Amino acid sequence: MKGAEYISQTQNTWCPGCGNFTIQHAIKSVLSDLGIPREEAVIVSGIGCHAKIADYMQTNSFYAIHGRAIPVATGISLGNPDLTIICSAGDGDAYAEGLDHLIFAAKRNVDITVIIHDNRVYGLTTGQYTPTSPPGFAGKSTPEGVKEDPFNPLDLMLSAGATFIARSYSRDKKGMEEVLKAAIQHKGFSFVEVLQVCATFYDVHTCYDDHVYRLEGNDPEDRRAAEVLVREWNYSGEGRIPLGILYSRDAPTFEERILAGKEGEIDRTGLIQRAIAKR
Amino acid sequence: MSEFTVSIGGQAGEGINRGGLLLARIAGLLGYRVYMYYDYPSLIRGGHNFATIRAAEKDCGGIARRPDFLCAMDQETIRRHTGIEIIVYDTDVAKAEGIGVPASSIIKEENASPIARNTVIIGAFCRAAGIPREIMEEAIRREFGSRAEENIRLALRGYHESREGRSVEIKTPQESPVMTGNDAIALGLIRGGLDAYVSYPMTPSSSILHTMADLARDSPLIVVHPENEIAVITMALGLSYAGKRVAVGTSGGGFCLMNEGVSLAGMAEIPVVIVMAMRPGPSTGMPTYSSQADLGFVLHAGHGEFPRIVIAPGTTNEAYEWSARAVHLAWQFQCPTFILSDKNLGEHPASTDIDPDFPIPSPSTHYREGIYRRYCTTDNGISPLRFPPVPGNVVKVNSYTHDEDGITTEEPRKAAAAMVKLIRKGATLDNEMGLYGCVRVDGISDAPIAVICFGSTGEACREVGERLSLRVVRPIVLEPFPIMQFAEALHEAEEIIIVEENATGQLASLIQRFGYTADRNIRSVNGRPFTIDELEGIIREVIE
Repeated sequence: MKGAEYISQTQNTWCPGCGNFTIQHAIKSVLSDLGIPREEAVIVSGIGCHAKIADYMQTNSFYAIHGRAIPVATGISLGNPDLTIICSAGDGDAYAEGLDHLIFAAKRNVDITVIIHDNRVYGLTTGQYTPTSPPGFAGKSTPEGVKEDPFNPLDLMLSAGATFIARSYSRDKKGMEEVLKAAIQHKGFSFVEVLQVCATFYDVHTCYDDHVYRLEGNDPEDRRAAEVLVREWNYSGEGRIPLGILYSRDAPTFEERILAGKEGEIDRTGLIQRAIAKR
Repeated sequence: MSEFTVSIGGQAGEGINRGGLLLARIAGLLGYRVYMYYDYPSLIRGGHNFATIRAAEKDCGGIARRPDFLCAMDQETIRRHTGIEIIVYDTDVAKAEGIGVPASSIIKEENASPIARNTVIIGAFCRAAGIPREIMEEAIRREFGSRAEENIRLALRGYHESREGRSVEIKTPQESPVMTGNDAIALGLIRGGLDAYVSYPMTPSSSILHTMADLARDSPLIVVHPENEIAVITMALGLSYAGKRVAVGTSGGGFCLMNEGVSLAGMAEIPVVIVMAMRPGPSTGMPTYSSQADLGFVLHAGHGEFPRIVIAPGTTNEAYEWSARAVHLAWQFQCPTFILSDKNLGEHPASTDIDPDFPIPSPSTHYREGIYRRYCTTDNGISPLRFPPVPGNVVKVNSYTHDEDGITTEEPRKAAAAMVKLIRKGATLDNEMGLYGCVRVDGISDAPIAVICFGSTGEACREVGERLSLRVVRPIVLEPFPIMQFAEALHEAEEIIIVEENATGQLASLIQRFGYTADRNIRSVNGRPFTIDELEGIIREVIE
């Protein structure tokens, strides 16, 4: 299937220069390259600018509610583990409203790819701070500057047990495609943090351009090296920002563990008869 | 004695519930229909727990009166439960006028676990009530399985130390299982086609999760216990989207968290069955007691307007059959479908006869070939439900107002059309429910005084209605409200008495919308079920 066939006819309303375009087209190219037909791919999204990707992709989609894309994606994956599930969530979605679900999906090693469209600002509600906004960020809800520090989502994911951790940048489409291809092929929970430029409310692309670098020659299975890499930049001060696959390991998936021995049909009458016999 | 009631009481952790279940088994094997009330505070050790088992000739919908027998594990039980004819107690820990056995000493001599003291006391009770040893032994075998022999030995020690008190009648033995409403709901959901159950523990719904998890051990049934109730319902909606028939279970507090998911299910037309087991609130309330104060909540839960089905079974049999139907209805109408239960129905075992082959209509599987549109417009408002992968097509569901393809729209005509479709589906649902018996009538069906109730108060009302020759009308389906059947059931009723377990009259408000006003209201908010005698007294007072 050609890349263009994954894009729907719906009119696109992202701002010019929005980093979401890069993510959408990277997903399209990777699905096409991997030969995953659109009826076997599911985009699950939350609520926010990023989430419009559900309308813009001509794939199966579940346009969910704020913060809940990940448990929805988990349910779909348990219901049909043969589908390729890409869960697009924003930083407000996954790091604020639904942080618990993100941590649990990593803990469980759910076989889905979670892409965080991290623009470090609430775009659709016109500019408030998020959990990854830098200290002092002056948004509409924090005009005097935010009075808390950001957390480092990659560090959090490493602690929570994520088996694939990567970072991409919306001005590096080629790098993003490499990362997404590996993420989708990874068996288990793939966490891809994308530094996505918000052209309207928080355009920090010059800063990112100066600080990002592509990882080369690192061993993603080296947990200690990963611990250093994820902390190289902590979302507040200066620091080099590594892009690429920071960590990857093999582990049994949630689906494998939950669905083991669950093949076939339920013998309903037999099950009920056995239950009655015990009572 | 052609009917008898026995209580067993003691501290939490002393096996009071298990003891009650054993007594219920014994009564069942004697040929009685049994009902057990289990009263326990929200703690793990200490406090005072008791179980009361009523054994009667016909199905009993509650405890009638003061027990005839008391099995006391401690002095507190004797202090609290007064005026009981025959008290069987442990002479090592309590003093009473009755039949005492040194249960604690026996446990030591037999080198048994202290929790087995209940078995010694129940052995003593069997002798006191003239119950044949063989029946006692058979009941223990069934209750304890691999640990039966040890328990039989302990029960016989109690039996031999005891003496005859007052003999109960031995009826024709029967084989009806004794099960709780929660068990019946679990089995009914499975009968109805359930593939997956998702739940976070919350009393009084937790035992559905436990039963499901146990049944899932040797079957393809999927059971998941996620991080919270928000994850529960959204994960369930994901499973449903992927083609699994799924239910969730919770109580009021957990259901508060689920509300955004209920609204999502309504908008995106994703089928799900929600078991909502009520307990007293607001907030944490009394976790281990019962209430009917969430009727209004469930009828209106979730923002926005969308069709839903609310079913409130009143007996274990109804819990089984309507839970099976609920799965079918949810998938037929693609809407959130509620089983509204409570602690009194969910946790109290009763003699139950369920049909493992209870028939459920098959879902329609006829699809037109060609382009699939998830929300295509139809005459009855129901769009064909398909699950990915659909060859050559995509399945798009959406929490936003959407067009027929599932794409977000804010265009006024399309937005109006989307809501009209939902409302049209609701009208189809309303018509379809006319095919089911949604209102139950007990007592004297043309009596001038009608008692109206719902859910677990129904059985107590039935018994009182039979005693006082009243009409008892109970809507089992509360949404869409079965007004035609309800009006027929109340034909020429002259006086309406509404019985419900909440403070503000939520059932009364519901039926008032349809033009029926209560002449008298009987309400209870203490968390305990009405005893039959108590309710009879109150209703007598009201009608005289």
